[in-house]
Amino acid sequence: MGKIFKFQQDVDTDQIIASQYLLFSTIDEMKTYTFESLDPNFAKEVQPGDYVVASENFGCGSSREQAPSVLKALGVKAVIAKSFARIFYRNAINIGLPVIVCKDLHSFVETGDEMELDMKAGIVKVKGEELTCTKLPEYMQGILDQGGLIASLNKED
Amino acid sequence: MGMTMAEKIIAAAAGVSEVIPGDIQTVTLDRLMSNDGTTHLTIDMYEKLKNPRIADVDKLVWIVDHNVPCDSVKTAASHKKMRDFAKAHGITFYEGAGVCHQLMMENHVTAGELIFGADSHTCAYGAVGAFGTGVGCTDYLYAMVTGKSWLLVPETLRFNLTGKLPKGVYARDLILTIIGQIGANGANYMAMEFGGEGLKTLNMSDRIAICNLCVEAGAKTALMEVDDITLDYLKAHGRTPKHVFKSDADAEFAKIYDINLSTIRPIVAKPHFVDSVVEAKKCVGTHIDEAFLGSCNNGRIEDLRAGAEVIKGKKVHPLVRFLVVPASQAVYQQALEEGLLQIFMEAGAIVMNPNCSVCWGSCQGVIGENEVLISTGTRNFKGRAGHKDSFVYLASAATVAASAIKGEIATADMV
Repeated sequence: MGKIFKFQQDVDTDQIIASQYLLFSTIDEMKTYTFESLDPNFAKEVQPGDYVVASENFGCGSSREQAPSVLKALGVKAVIAKSFARIFYRNAINIGLPVIVCKDLHSFVETGDEMELDMKAGIVKVKGEELTCTKLPEYMQGILDQGGLIASLNKED
Repeated sequence: MGMTMAEKIIAAAAGVSEVIPGDIQTVTLDRLMSNDGTTHLTIDMYEKLKNPRIADVDKLVWIVDHNVPCDSVKTAASHKKMRDFAKAHGITFYEGAGVCHQLMMENHVTAGELIFGADSHTCAYGAVGAFGTGVGCTDYLYAMVTGKSWLLVPETLRFNLTGKLPKGVYARDLILTIIGQIGANGANYMAMEFGGEGLKTLNMSDRIAICNLCVEAGAKTALMEVDDITLDYLKAHGRTPKHVFKSDADAEFAKIYDINLSTIRPIVAKPHFVDSVVEAKKCVGTHIDEAFLGSCNNGRIEDLRAGAEVIKGKKVHPLVRFLVVPASQAVYQQALEEGLLQIFMEAGAIVMNPNCSVCWGSCQGVIGENEVLISTGTRNFKGRAGHKDSFVYLASAATVAASAIKGEIATADMV
């Protein structure tokens, strides 16, 4: 089980990681500033295995891959949203951060609730209920299963 | 069944005769642009690859434009890494020459190409009928190494334009109106295609401004029908089209919008969302601390002319910083020759070198706590231009210049 950190709609990538940190040398240097404007305690409180739950259009805006990368570096197990902006969605899959659409989860939970995600089955278990997610297309799940696009490239080579 | 422009470009890049929305295709990219926002991370990943290689170095363009000139020792390290790698591998490299998308339009992009850019506003290339889309650095690296990538074929929203924009109303007002109408995710995963008689009244600068901002509605790409204005632009820049595609008469669109340009009015997008649009008149009187005229969206010569026309012979409000940032050295040079920079400087504006500037909030001109910026930049997200508790309004060059004079949001007819 992992703890939920809940966010609202249209969370843009500037909120996930602001511009002034993007040219830092490494993701590890950046990650302590994750969600700084929305929840300054997030980076301190999130534990490996926790989940980010959001409403519509999560990750809109800039193509900065640092956004999914800092979440992954902090140990976020998956992002579950009502919908994702496409560049964030694609970047997350490419770096091996699970992302999945679940229409019913956001209104059902609060920050601090505990949940578990079965990514391949597309099922969220939370508060004694099972909620259904929209499973990833096979091609994208395949990239995730290999640990991301670069891991799959290294395997091909 | 017929295909849209976006479908035809993907089909050509995939080497197949037909694609349909929802297909995942393996495509060969024509061009790969990356800037200093993420390239240092791409290089780190490249160096850890089992078999590092570049499929076709001639397709790569690297541009230092976000924090230039460099603002800190950390940035200097990132830039040096990028510069050294580009030199060692013979990658086309620009530093300080302009904002990436403007340089790509001036020097590289042509109709019918499929282009990945490690920057969300890569959709600007649709202005010349190229399929440009923003990607992250992992996607970029995969394409750089293999020459290929995977692409989900998008559905297309079609915008039929009629009429002509009224005097004092700009392409920026049009695209903000459209984003307000369809919403910040109204085109998510989709292509936005523009055509119709009204398109002929929009010059290349207008077209770039419109396509550039389509990502703010979530679009994967934006495409404009190729016409004489496109072909003249390409010819003037020494290029020929790769393909000239037009959507078939029986192509299927997810939705069709009819927009009469003569109904568009000056628009402002309020903090903190690009789709939070209102008529500029409704924001008149809102206090501002800074005004910005520049960016890949509105830093071209036409925008500088529009701003200069408003501010000529007048003064910037004493409590306002007015930043003027031409989008490229070519634009800068032309503005100098036309006397526009002199007009801005005599008015008390701060004229700066071509770069992304305050539009991305990590370089020159950032704003402090509770400060308000009116900007021709691309975004007004919370904290986008500096402090997390600051405010950005987006508007046309004319509205920005008028506001700089008044010290509060104003339209050009008020000064």
